[in-house]
Amino acid sequence: MTLLSETRSTVFHRILNREYFVYYALILVIVFFAIVLADTAFLSTPNFMNIIRQTTPITVMAVGMTFALAVGHIDLSVGSVVALSALVCSLLVDVVPWPFAVFAGLCAGMLVGLINGVLTEWLKVSSLLITLGSMGVISGVARVITNLESIPVTNDTFTFVFGSGSLGPISVMFIWTLLALVLGWVFLSKTRFGSHLLAVGGNPTASRALGINVVKVKITAMVIAGGAAAMAGMLYAGRLHGARYSLGEADLLTVIAAVAIGGTSLFGGRASVAGAVVGSWLMGVINNGLILWGFSTNEQIIARGLILIVAVAIGVKEDRK
Amino acid sequence: MTAEYHVPDTALEVREIHKSFGGVQALKGVSFSILKGEVVGLLGDNGAGKSTLVRCISGVHPQDSGEIIINGQEVDIKSPQDARDQGIETVFQDLAVIPNFDVSKNLFLNREILSSNPVLKFFGWLDHKEMNRQSEIALKRLNSRIPSFSEEIKNLSGGQRQAVSIARAVNWGADIVIMDEPTAALGVEQAAQVNNLIKLISSQGIAVLLISHNIQHVMEVCHRAVVLRHGRAAANVRIDDITPDDLVGLITGAKRAA
Repeated sequence: MTLLSETRSTVFHRILNREYFVYYALILVIVFFAIVLADTAFLSTPNFMNIIRQTTPITVMAVGMTFALAVGHIDLSVGSVVALSALVCSLLVDVVPWPFAVFAGLCAGMLVGLINGVLTEWLKVSSLLITLGSMGVISGVARVITNLESIPVTNDTFTFVFGSGSLGPISVMFIWTLLALVLGWVFLSKTRFGSHLLAVGGNPTASRALGINVVKVKITAMVIAGGAAAMAGMLYAGRLHGARYSLGEADLLTVIAAVAIGGTSLFGGRASVAGAVVGSWLMGVINNGLILWGFSTNEQIIARGLILIVAVAIGVKEDRK
Repeated sequence: MTAEYHVPDTALEVREIHKSFGGVQALKGVSFSILKGEVVGLLGDNGAGKSTLVRCISGVHPQDSGEIIINGQEVDIKSPQDARDQGIETVFQDLAVIPNFDVSKNLFLNREILSSNPVLKFFGWLDHKEMNRQSEIALKRLNSRIPSFSEEIKNLSGGQRQAVSIARAVNWGADIVIMDEPTAALGVEQAAQVNNLIKLISSQGIAVLLISHNIQHVMEVCHRAVVLRHGRAAANVRIDDITPDDLVGLITGAKRAA
């Protein structure tokens, strides 16, 4: 129709669109490492399955964080929730039937999300500050309840289901990744609930005027972020056969970088679950490549920081529109 | 209520609306009515009570006293949802759309069509296809030239966005559409497009209450003008009977209604 020329949706624009950036970046990084690390096992199925195994907790957290960012919130407490839920679950798993322990761990994370969400709405301050505070409180609690000791987990069913097991060549972690991807994508992109999340993040005033319960939607998003972080905590506990207060401590930067590079706006209204999952893979591949190349954790942290800055730089133009 | 004359062609009538905020009397007994298919301009200087009156009718701030009568029935409007249930839709000046949503998602926001499959429906699964189909019908009804329903609203012009807002109001079977400065954020040509839309929906029998500062637009699209001054309806005049200068005089208080 006649007004089509008024819009900026040329083919060129669509291909260079920010939402595809993460896919190009992943391919580029894999090709780069495949060349540089040609004499290693980098480009092999077991290594990629290993990357998935390592990355799945990040992936799950990233999907949860996508929901928080969709409404215009951010959850800095995810790393500490990982430790809290992993500890709660580990303390209970050899005492009560393991599904109850899992449920308790999940509830702990969702409760933190609920408190974060309610405090943010009640005090009308940025979720950045509220979750910065709760991050401190929870990681302190995680230290106190365990007296800085590790909690071992011996329940084989639990450790199998939550990360250590595999079905043939496929790690259960891969199944958890797929589950996070599908559930997150369906709820964000296909349901009324997801549509309202993005509407609230995109224009809260208009959403309220159209009758959406903005407060409820925003709190729900924080509960989802907390629940996902709790899930990630239990995947750590299952994979490592135990939990420790330091679990998830270094994950916050990785998660935010993964989500941001995946095309989710850090200011609400635009979110991509698939982008977050692929973003977490990108972080995983870079970590893996750097290790095989002989770099230390220090360089990995630098790489993560740079990726976040790149992601923000790409996103900022789009967000300000 | 004592027996009053019943006018079936009246879409909306307000009687003796009072509203105070603290000690300030914003509305001191405003009465007027709008016929079906009529466009009434609501004019007045800043602080005259236009916005307060609109908020009363649209349920944002319920009035302290006075009646709102729709299709001859007195109605109780306590919230924006009540107003919507009574067939009153409001189009806001600040382009109340979700920038990252496409046209059809904006049209159907919070009134989504869900999948007919009961299981999927339970999970709130959206029927995008049906929403796109109905969006097309809704926009055709308004002769709107929206390029594509998959286009994000932020890539559309201000006039097109306002067209989507108006389509959203009309699409929900509104009998009365309140427009709060719908052209304030728009350029000349796009404002003209919105004015044409207003004429079109009025020709379809919808009553429009248009709040505007733009005398020229009021003269062009309205049948009648209600002028508020100091919380009262200072004038209620047919546009054909008045000159733009006289209208300005009524707003500023330099002229009194005959």
